[in-house]
Amino acid sequence: MEILTAIKRVPETGSKIVLTEDRTAIDTSSLGFTVSPHEECAIEESVQLVEEHGGSATVLTLGSGDATEQLRSAIAMGADHGVLLETEERWGPAATARAIASAVEADDTDFDLLLFGNESADAANHQVGVRVAEALDLPCVTGVKGLDITDGTATAERDIPGGTEVYEVDLPAVVTVKEGLNEPRYPSMRAKMQARKADIDRRDPERYRDGLELIELEVPETDDSPAEILGESPDAAAEVVDVLEDQEVI
Amino acid sequence: MVLAFVEHDGGELDDASAQTLTLARDLATGVDEPLEAIAFGPEATAVAHDAGVYGATVVNAVEHDDLDNYAPEAYARTVVQCAEGTGTDAVVAPGTDRGSEVLAHAAAKLDETMAAEVVEVDPDGDAYQLTRQRWGGTLLEHARLDADTKVLTVAPNEVSASPTDDDPADVNPFTPDLEAGDLRVQCLRTEASDTEGVPLGEARIVVSGGRGTDGDFEALEELAERLPDAAVGASRAAVNEGWRPHDDQIGQTGTKIAPEIYIPCGISGAVQHMVGCKGAENILAVNTDPDAAIVGKADWVVVANLHEVVPAVVEELDRRTE
Repeated sequence: MEILTAIKRVPETGSKIVLTEDRTAIDTSSLGFTVSPHEECAIEESVQLVEEHGGSATVLTLGSGDATEQLRSAIAMGADHGVLLETEERWGPAATARAIASAVEADDTDFDLLLFGNESADAANHQVGVRVAEALDLPCVTGVKGLDITDGTATAERDIPGGTEVYEVDLPAVVTVKEGLNEPRYPSMRAKMQARKADIDRRDPERYRDGLELIELEVPETDDSPAEILGESPDAAAEVVDVLEDQEVI
Repeated sequence: MVLAFVEHDGGELDDASAQTLTLARDLATGVDEPLEAIAFGPEATAVAHDAGVYGATVVNAVEHDDLDNYAPEAYARTVVQCAEGTGTDAVVAPGTDRGSEVLAHAAAKLDETMAAEVVEVDPDGDAYQLTRQRWGGTLLEHARLDADTKVLTVAPNEVSASPTDDDPADVNPFTPDLEAGDLRVQCLRTEASDTEGVPLGEARIVVSGGRGTDGDFEALEELAERLPDAAVGASRAAVNEGWRPHDDQIGQTGTKIAPEIYIPCGISGAVQHMVGCKGAENILAVNTDPDAAIVGKADWVVVANLHEVVPAVVEELDRRTE
């Protein structure tokens, strides 16, 4: 079974977001980079499926040369190959999807399954996986939190309020996943060292048009005014219940 | 025309769709075009009342033998066919899982860009100036969308649904012309969740726990049981520890909640978590650390150990209801 997982290098933003002077990007000079949580689950799923069914797991990203760091992280988790569609420019979702679809078409491998994160942590465009499926005329299930592959058929589950929807599609197919699908593994130090030496297949992607033009970014104002302290011991329980009554939720 | 894809429960519009219609109505006024809605399912005609209240003049009610089950590509094909031939300026949908999925397919079929998680939009000549959320709303992007047909989704719980006194919308039965390929992905069946009680995303009160629980959620469960329409959630840290299932996770990559009161207990308030609970109207935090990030976002705080405070609150509730 041949699986391709598309990932994205994104800044870690557990700390305060600072913008560049021209306000068109996050100042990442003091931030690290990572793979979005949804995509970590996609990598893990691809590795587990290859362990179960055989074949190989390829991980692909579109981005700068620095994104090889995230490809190597995926290889350390067990992916077999890394492909970088190398560009120093910022690409929107439509152009990114077209480039990925072109790369899949041009690849020597016939992929059975293309895995994506449901949306990237930073841009949250919610569409790259769907657009790749449309471009390649493949079925697509999004937001998946349960996946089983049997005899060339993917059974996918996704959450809805109060329950789960179940889908079955024939392979080849595109599946976009959400965190909770599995528990991504921590690679061993040995695997990390081996991944540092892995060959990365660098390619020049073809650039397509995007219709959404970034003007500038803004960090919204937040109200960080101090909270009213109801108490500093269990004696505050009465005040807590008073608040619930005042707010008319009980 | 501005066309809004809306979701409903038995003909009753959901909150995210009411918010979407409100944004779409203002947009339609700005471009001097009528606002129409498109709704799917046997009760789609019943949406005419609510859609009219939020400014739609027409509901395109889609009933089709092949659409008994949700089928994203078929839905998207239908939306595209409804938009085509009418000079549609924009197609808008709520940024829910389903709305995002249908519009992503529709945007691809139209070969147009989709702007996701929009919170504001203003016409600017043939283009739109818009503001959209990134990083779950911790960052805003101001952008210009230039397309023949603009496709955009509206971030849930970021636009206030604002009813008008308009009459119910007219109903236009709409039958799409579907091909077999449009139906290759369909929901086979729906399975009810094992979880009892109110779904996290719909709860009026959410009690949640983080690392400070040390894995003991019993008191939080007891508190939620005593509160009406309440659910128990968890931080990513608690889920990563294996103390709670991922379905309970509140955060950017978990469930986004919008309760009337959110009661985080032993949760520090990491950015990822705050993205998930920023729809809460009020926050009442219980934390031993008065400098925790969550305290800066809370309306009220009890600075004490949750394992002592929460049982005391349960006792107080019991005492007052005796």
